[in-house]
This record gives sequence, structure tokens and C-alpha cells, in this order.
Amino acid sequence: MRKTALSGIFLISGLLSIQAQSTTSSPSSNSFWIVLIVVVLAALGLLGDLFYRKGSKAPSYTGGGKFVGLQKGFNLNIQGAASSKIVEGGQVTRFAVIPPNFRGISPIPKMEVNEGDEVKAGDPLFHDKNDESIKYVAPVSGEVIAINRGEKRSIAEVVILADKDQKYRELPALDLQKSDRASIISYLKSSGFWPLINQRPFDVIADPEVTPKNIFISTFDTAPLAPDLNLVVEGQEAAFQQGLDVLSKLTDGKVYLGLNANGSQAPNKAFTGAQHVEKTWFKGIHPAGNVGIQMHHTAPIKNGDVVWTLGVQEVITLGKLILDRHMDMGRVVVICGSEVKDPHYVRTVVGANIGELLAGSLTDTHSRIISGDVLTGEAKKPEGFLNIHDDQVTVIPEGDYYDTFGWLVPGKAIPSLSKTYFNSWVDHKAYNVDTNTHGEKRALVVTGQYEKVLPMDIYPQHLIKSILAGDLESMEGLGILELSEEDLALCEYVCTSKSPVQKILREGLNAIREQG
Amino acid sequence: MGLLEFAKKLEPDKKKSPFLHTVYDGFFTFLFTPNTVTKGGVHVRDAMDLKRTMTFVVLALMLPFVFGAYNIGQQHFMAIGQHTGYYEALHLKLIFGLIKIIPIWVVSMVVGLGIEFYFANRKGHGIEEGFLVTGALIPLIMPPDIPLWILTFSIVFAVILGKEAFGGTGMNIWNIALLSRVFVFFAYPTTISGDTVWVAGFEHLTPGAAVDYGWAEHLFNGLFNAFGWSTFNDSAHITDAFTGATPLGIAAHAGWHEVTEVYSPSQMWWGVIPGSIGETSKPLILIGALVLIITGIASWRIMAGMILGAALVALGLNAWGATPFMEVPWYYQFYMGSFFFAMAFMATDPVTGSNTQRGKWIYGFLIGCIGMVIRVLNPAYPEGWMLAILLLNTFVPLIDYLVVQSNITKRLKRA
Repeated sequence: MRKTALSGIFLISGLLSIQAQSTTSSPSSNSFWIVLIVVVLAALGLLGDLFYRKGSKAPSYTGGGKFVGLQKGFNLNIQGAASSKIVEGGQVTRFAVIPPNFRGISPIPKMEVNEGDEVKAGDPLFHDKNDESIKYVAPVSGEVIAINRGEKRSIAEVVILADKDQKYRELPALDLQKSDRASIISYLKSSGFWPLINQRPFDVIADPEVTPKNIFISTFDTAPLAPDLNLVVEGQEAAFQQGLDVLSKLTDGKVYLGLNANGSQAPNKAFTGAQHVEKTWFKGIHPAGNVGIQMHHTAPIKNGDVVWTLGVQEVITLGKLILDRHMDMGRVVVICGSEVKDPHYVRTVVGANIGELLAGSLTDTHSRIISGDVLTGEAKKPEGFLNIHDDQVTVIPEGDYYDTFGWLVPGKAIPSLSKTYFNSWVDHKAYNVDTNTHGEKRALVVTGQYEKVLPMDIYPQHLIKSILAGDLESMEGLGILELSEEDLALCEYVCTSKSPVQKILREGLNAIREQG
Repeated sequence: MGLLEFAKKLEPDKKKSPFLHTVYDGFFTFLFTPNTVTKGGVHVRDAMDLKRTMTFVVLALMLPFVFGAYNIGQQHFMAIGQHTGYYEALHLKLIFGLIKIIPIWVVSMVVGLGIEFYFANRKGHGIEEGFLVTGALIPLIMPPDIPLWILTFSIVFAVILGKEAFGGTGMNIWNIALLSRVFVFFAYPTTISGDTVWVAGFEHLTPGAAVDYGWAEHLFNGLFNAFGWSTFNDSAHITDAFTGATPLGIAAHAGWHEVTEVYSPSQMWWGVIPGSIGETSKPLILIGALVLIITGIASWRIMAGMILGAALVALGLNAWGATPFMEVPWYYQFYMGSFFFAMAFMATDPVTGSNTQRGKWIYGFLIGCIGMVIRVLNPAYPEGWMLAILLLNTFVPLIDYLVVQSNITKRLKRA
């Protein structure tokens, strides 16, 4: 800032001296000064844009570790945050594995069980026709009560009625010290853990044939009403570290851990004290907690690179797999949103039935239930099941009402990036949001708004246009391989033209993937 | 919600009369934000939509619009030497101005929106709001006496060839409002340039020419008489001393000194000078620009780039000083002509302007430079922003390509 101010002073004095020499008549009115001020402000704007880089200070608890301050983004401050109590989710009886959750799997996987079969937690349910060795396993023990079909006979859900007392398929012990990479990988594939590993580019199930350059784990989530992972990892510290130890054997590069520098206190010891990993502190609003954003600022993917990403709860599952020798797919899930009576955390298992999970806590029936957060989650009916990677159920009101002159006078306060809503000038307390689109889909007119919410050196608007134009080369050049839907979700939120940005991004990723 | 039920009852059948339904839909969504909910993708959406964006631009144009109406009257009465004080006979000036400006406004809205409705119906999509702004801009950049048939032609040309031929709102390369003006400029040059077109109410601005108020005199004089106010007087003639030339017109031939013989700098600053309807009042335009910057609707980078470019070139021309126009002090260049209007409302069009942050600086800066060069060095026509903006509109894809390409190259270098 000092640089900018100095340049400004030089500029003003320069202009004044030129002005004094070049004219004999003295400027007669005050408007001369207005013009001069306008010119100087313009010059300051240019200098500021060229030289001034916003950064934020690292909090003291980072202890001088690698720190990245991110300014861009947008926090959706919405109602329905959970209190920090965890209840046991004993009332859920049905759990499902949802094949479409696994991106990259063929639509009709080969079933290994039939309706009516008894399974233990960790028993294989089905496998991908393209790779038989990767098993997709039951999260709980019980009876397979339904294999629901979707479009074109694809398998939509494999539903299990859970036993009261869980039985686990026991696995052989894995000695980490003596095992090589290949044997660890085959252990992960047969145990059923493998499908929980994602890879970028494309954000799909990891390819076991490819050694990842690096592995990235974000230890905090900045999405609206997202769970506090410090709470989730409490009591699981050993399993988390064990999981990291396994991962560090699977890559030639490093395991990167993204730590949260936003809070007033340091995050959980399990994160700050983690061993065999490379830690980076991130300070910033959403999407600073997204693993894709963190990758971009620590070790960006280059052309041809493959990296893996995992969530904290997946790493805990991996650690428990090694320590306890069975697949324990227990999850802490946050039940949140303005339509939930008493937002809270619940300890349950992957794929829990949503109706049972929410039993008794909904205030209104005319609401949207979302597996995940309001930006990237999937709408579910109460009969539906939690998606595999989700640790959040958000319930918000449906917004199917007409708003008189809604484009001119806001009927109610809505979190908005636009300064035409005066509540965006002040720190508003949490907003009650609904699913109204607040306008209709239009041509892409307004520019620069995507860029404001994506803290990456990427031109999202041009990327979206190159996808719409089907220009594969430009897509790659513009960084599509670094992105996943969640990274552009805010672009879609703020889009004035109401464009389906995430859908477009996925179409682009699919197009590149098909090209090989 | 009685209004909603009433509006719902009016809805024409979509199959029987698709065009009526498109029109209905346009007005209905104007009254009510629709009740659509999100499907897939994000579940909640920002409250901002294109209608609101466009409306704020129109709101920012209101001050120049009202002042434009007043100034048409002011210039008219200056020409005939009546009510020459700025605050005298405000009612006459405003009524006279509105009689001139409202037909232009109505024609531009009806013709432009009519074409818009027709194409929206043909393509089967909703009516896009882009023309709200275009239609509000066009009256402000025309001379007050523009024949309405020429205006109609220019809007038809601009909207069909400039926009719909390229695929509609958001697809156009050139600023639509400027296209309509450039059409008049090239097809009917005598109605938009020279000294005789900027003051309303006369066939030719020769000394002794008579005014004719026509129906306005009969309609309003009785009313004004009843209040004891001054009335339109059709016995008036143009005074000998009146030139009708704009400051730029004088400066181009005779330099700054001659300009100040006719207009004082503060007259030029406040805008009581002949010119296009909305361009003259600098403070009111700057207020509009400020509204657009503060609400984040228009890019301050484009505006700032333009100011820097224009100031820089004007300084350079001062140093060169080969003609009287070049010697006009650089800061007084901002007092004359339509620089600020072009900067606030024309160059910042998000569709035809640059899309990238760096590109916006370059785009604005080059408009500033080239516009000032055209203004001062062009022998025929002493103003340059319309041509400079249209020229740079053409180069926007190239500017953005270069900016984006440098990002791509940087990305590849990492590998």
C-alpha cells in the first residue's frame, strides 16, 4: 500500500508541474480540481491493480509454517448451524450403497449379492465390470432388502436392513513396515476402501494403475453449515495418523495437509501434530477449505499429473481398517439448515437413510432435503440415502413463491455478492435462504463475477465459454483439470444469468476424459 | 396477493397465441420474480438477476435524462433570447424538453422492444432485458431535433443487424446504442453533426429564424396563464448573437480562447451548453458513474483506464501544440463533449467490453487514447468516443485472447 501511495504522490506532483508549465491561464473553477482528482484516482487504481497484492496475516498459532492467505470467495452465512453436540444415530435401520456415487464406475455394476442375502459389514456387494478387483462393500451388517434399479436398468441403490449388533468381515493383518505398495493397494481394493479415494483430474475414483504424484487432504470445510472437522476427529486421532501413514506409502511425492488458519485457536492436535505430511495453513472464506483450491496454491497439477484427494473421515476409516482389521464406515454427520429443529451432529454410518436420520427434527414438510451442502449437494426424498462422501444433511425451505417486483425491491434479505442489495454492505446475521432462483436463465452478460469468488489463477468465465464451445485445447489450457464441481459452485451461486456452471464443468471434464 | 391472481387470469393461451404469451411473460416477470426453484447444481441462488442489473443502469441514467430535458429548453430559450437565466421559466424549459425527448424515448422503446419481443417469440425464449438499457441510452445520445423516422431506421438497423443477427442479447460484438448512433452519423450526417443540429425548435439556426410551438402552445399556455406563469411565445426569433455551435465545434476551429468567449468553463461543466441530450452535465453523469461503481454494476477499471488514456494523449497534444485545438489545456478536454457519458455508460457495457480484469484496463486505456486522437486530429468531426468505443469493441476478443493466452502460457510453463 505504501508503494501505491508514494506513486500517487509522485503522479499528482508530476501532473501539477506539467499543468503549471503548459498553460498560462489559471484554472478558474472548482471543477478543475474534480477532474484532477478523478484522473489521480484512476491512476491510483491502475497502480494499485498492478502492484498491490492483498494478503492477510498468519495467526500466531501457525508458528511460521507455510501460510497462504486467500481473499477471494464468498461466505454464505445461513441459518441452521449445528450445536457442537454429537448424538448416537441408533434409530437408523436402513443403509444403502449408491453406485452412481462412484464417479467413473460403469452404470450397471456386477452384483455379488442378491435380495435376501445376509451380509457382514465389509462384505463385497458388487464390483465394476471393468475392474473386478475393486470391491464395493456393505457399510453395515444385515439383510440386503432391495436392489433398486434406475434408468436403463442401472443400479440405483443397494439397500441393507442393519442388524442390531454389527458383525464385521475380519481381514488379514497388514504389516505396513514390510508391505510394498502393490500389496497395500491390493489390500485396499479387496477390503472395499479403494472406492473412497478420489483422483484429480476429473474427480473420479482413483486409478490403481497410476501412482499419484501427491495426495491432498483438507482438514477443514468452509462450505455453508459444513461440519467442524475438529469435532469429528476428536477421539480418532490415532486412526487419523494411521491413515496418513498408509497414504504416505502410496505416493512418490508428499501427503499434503491443508490446515485452517481462520479460527481464533489452533485446530485439533490430530491435524497440527500430524506426522509424515507436509502442512500448509490456509486463511480465507469459502472455498478456501476446498481441497482443489489448496492444491492450486501448494502443488498445482500439471499436464499429465494425477493426484489423489481424501476427506478427513475417509482417512479415519483407512486408519481403522489397518488398526482394527475391518472396514468401519462410521461417519459423523451434521444435520443442519433452517428447517431443522435442533441442528446437531449424529454418529452414524455411510449411506444412512435420510428419513430415519431426520426423524422428528423437521419443522416443515415443504422443504428441500439435501445430502451435502446447499451449493453442491443432491436433493433427496426422505426415502433416499446419504451419498457416500457426504457428512452433512441440509434442510431448507422450498422457494416456489412469486416475489412482487423481486428484481427491484428485495422481499427479504438474501446473501448476495451484489452491492445493489444494501444488506451486503453490512455484516448481516445468518440469512434464511430458500430454493427460489430469484430470476430466470439468461445469456452470459455480466463479467468478472465468477473471478471474484474463485481464489485461483484461472479465468472461470472463459473456461465455461470454452466448454460451451467444445474447445478441448482451451479447456485444458484454462485449467479445467484442476477443477471439480465444488470449486465452481460459488460461481454458479453468484451467476446473474443463472447458468448451470457445475453441470457445464462436468460436461467439459467428461468430454476430455472421453478423448483419453 | 390480489395482483398476482389478477395477472394470472390475464395469461393468454401459449398454443393459441404464442406471440401474445411471450409479451405477457415479459410483463409478468417484470411484475413478479417467477416462482421457479433450483434443480440440480446449487440449491440456492444469489438474489441478483439481469433485470435488477439493467434496472440499476437505467436508474443511474435518470439524472442525465432529467437534466437533458431541462437543457433542451434552456438552449432553445437562449437562442431566442428569452428567459436566459438558468432558473427562469423552469416549467417552460422542462415542458419544451419533455415534448422533444419523450417521443424519442417512446419510439426507441417501442421499436426496440417490438423487435426484441418478435425475436424472443421466434426463438422461443423469454424476453431478455438488454434493451431496457439500450432503449434508455439511445435518446440521450441523439440531437434533440432528430426526425423520428431516422431514429426508427437507426434502431431497426442496430437491433437487427447489430444484435439479433449475432444471436441476441449477450452475443453482440458492438454496443447497440452506439450502433444506432453511428448509423445516423453515416447515413444522415447532417442531422447529427455540424453547428445547426444541437438546439431544438428551429428548421435552421440562422439569425432571424422563427419558432413554431404548434399544439404545445395551445395546450399549455392556457394552463400556465391560469397560474400566472410565463407562456410560450411564438413571435420569437433567433437572436443575432446566437451561434448554436458546441464548445468542441468552436475549439476545433479556433481553440480554447474562442470557446471561452461563448461559454464559460462552469457552463460547460454544469452542462448548459448545446450537445446530445444526455451528455452535457458532467457532475450528474459522474454521480451516475459513481452509482454504477459503488453497486459494482459497471467496471471502474474501464472508466479509470479511459480517463488515464484520454489525459495522457491530451497532455501529449498539449506538448505538441500544432493546432489551436491541440493547445486546449488537457483538463479542459474533459469539460467539452461526451467523454464522461461515453466512459460511464457506453464503454462499460459488459457484453461488448473486455471480459478480463487486465483486458478492462487495456480496453479502457485504448479507448481513451484513440478517442482523444480522433477528437483532436480528425478534421471533419470534433468528437471521438463513439468511433473509438466501436473500434475497441471490435478488438475486445483480441485483447481478451491475449490476456487469457498469457495465463495459459504461464500454466504451461509450470509443467
